[in-house]
Amino acid sequence: MAGSTQGLLKRITPQLIILAAALLLNVIVFPDFFHVDFRNGRLFGNIIDVLNRGAPTALLCIGMTLVIATRGIDLSVGAVMAIAGATAASLVVDGHGWFTALIGALATGAICGAWNGVLVAVLRIQPIVATLVLMVAGRGVAQLITEGTILTFLNPGLIRLGAGTILGIPTAIVIWICLGAFVAFAVRRTALGMLIESIGINEASSRLAGINSRVLLVCVYLVSGLCAALAGVIVAADIKGADANNAGLWLELDAILAVVIGGNSLLGGRFSIIASLLGAMIIQSVNSVILLSGMPPEFNLVIKAVLILGILVIQSPKVSYLWYMLRASGPQPQPDRKSPRPRTTPEEKTQ
Amino acid sequence: MNIKTTLLAGVVALAPVAGFAADLTIGFSQIGSESGWRAAETTVTKQQAEERGIDLKFADAQQKQENQIKAIRSFIAQGVDGILIAPVVATGWDEVLEEAKDADIPVVLLDRTVDAPEDLYLTAVTSDLVHEGNVAGQWLVDEVAGADCRIVELQGTTGSSPAIDRKTGFEQAIKGHDNLEIVRSQTGDFTRSQGKVVMESFLKAEGGANICALYAHNDDMAVGAIQAIKEAGLKPGTDIKIVSIDAVPDAHLALANGEMNATIELTPNMAGPALDAMEAYLADGTMPAKWIQTESKLYTAKDDNQAVYEMKKDLGY
Repeated sequence: MAGSTQGLLKRITPQLIILAAALLLNVIVFPDFFHVDFRNGRLFGNIIDVLNRGAPTALLCIGMTLVIATRGIDLSVGAVMAIAGATAASLVVDGHGWFTALIGALATGAICGAWNGVLVAVLRIQPIVATLVLMVAGRGVAQLITEGTILTFLNPGLIRLGAGTILGIPTAIVIWICLGAFVAFAVRRTALGMLIESIGINEASSRLAGINSRVLLVCVYLVSGLCAALAGVIVAADIKGADANNAGLWLELDAILAVVIGGNSLLGGRFSIIASLLGAMIIQSVNSVILLSGMPPEFNLVIKAVLILGILVIQSPKVSYLWYMLRASGPQPQPDRKSPRPRTTPEEKTQ
Repeated sequence: MNIKTTLLAGVVALAPVAGFAADLTIGFSQIGSESGWRAAETTVTKQQAEERGIDLKFADAQQKQENQIKAIRSFIAQGVDGILIAPVVATGWDEVLEEAKDADIPVVLLDRTVDAPEDLYLTAVTSDLVHEGNVAGQWLVDEVAGADCRIVELQGTTGSSPAIDRKTGFEQAIKGHDNLEIVRSQTGDFTRSQGKVVMESFLKAEGGANICALYAHNDDMAVGAIQAIKEAGLKPGTDIKIVSIDAVPDAHLALANGEMNATIELTPNMAGPALDAMEAYLADGTMPAKWIQTESKLYTAKDDNQAVYEMKKDLGY
């Protein structure tokens, strides 16, 4: 047990360092960043915002990590969010209770996930194409449910899921941390995680070893659909309305990025859900820097791209190898004697 | 032959009395249904056509110019009397407009203009986005009446023309009033959820007590921001004045509840003035002005917003 905790800590060290750096950047642009007080019956502060606003990405990346571990990808999660939000909103508008709406939305998400799973596992369509179908069609489905409008609702139970609090903590934070812990525990304390990894590494041989890869694949996509549905309900509840056009728009890309920042390979195999969740928080911290810095919005995407590029470069195998070599060569790294004299730059040549 | 001509002349002479418009067929190429406002524009256009007894042929382009061009060509082939287009982009219309002109079919542009020679279309009915921003700014100048006011701004999608023009108009209006200052400005992508997220960060970065007013480039962002203000324990409309643009039903509801102070209407009724111009042109060849500006009406708490809400809520917003 102690050994595995140590292993986990070693696995997520890079993500923790990057997260600390991203939070430090927040403090630099806004010194009161960590200040939290209790206002209007809820915790109120920037760090709470990061945890709360990162909830949709965090929920998506739980499912996405599992899908990517099987060497797949799920592009449809943003659209599934819109469908689930629209389902929940239309159910409460029709007079059903919040619990019925939640179950209805989750069931819709499960159906969407199973659809993807069947396309990938049974019909053997490549995951990126199979899920692209729902990514494109899903928003249309959501618009059919809302009839093209922003479907607003006032059901207090449903609103509490997105904008409410539990013991002063925003509900969305509680939901993603609990679900993340549960799934991480479920895949690591059973053989499930290993089976998923084996499919990602070599599906044929894992099937020959007796793993029912088809059922497992469908289940993995189904879980991704469920996570997306939950995120969709939270996003709709947060604004008290289902916005079929904009809910979860481009969020599938943030979720994939979170998984990648979490150090998981897009080629499948070994994965860590906790690292992905840290990845989601890193992305949200970067968003927070942009909002707090007060820079004109024209810079938003450029700043985000530069910071993300920096993070990915630091994590790249080449840089970690160089870092390893630097450390191995001792405190005073010697210049490489075998290399010829330094190359002349074009400026020197012209002189 | 002679009797026939007399009869025909009689029919033509009687036609205006019997409702000349009853025989009009007009094609309408709509962009799609990307927003509530767009859906309302479609509903109002259909209503306007029905009231006038016009047979409206409706084509939804699903955000694609090629679909619009196809629709216009099919309208020309069907020999419609006039064409309404809400163009999805500004360029690439010359050829198809030329075809309509050759077929003697007048074209009226709705809501957006195009980069084409002016003689290729009858007129364009649009709102003036800069003017809308101007009205919003002027309202705030009058409202604070010389008191100091720190404003936060929720911009539309970065680089979009409504965002640029509404920002410009507002800045023009508050220029020269040193008591008004925009302290933070960030994009909320015209959506409720981003409006809420960005307002949350404004409230923390500036401190809720230091913000006097919010200017949002559309109502959806303002509605999201209202929720953020409430969650921070402040009273929207009282502690922070809120002015935005579009006048969608939910904004009227917020005005009626005292959670918002003003909104400027972007009317979904572009078809009314467009059909007026087209009917006049078809009846006796009256050339309208090349640009018909729709009214940018200011709604405040003084108006009967509950009634406007009831009227607007079924338009498809």
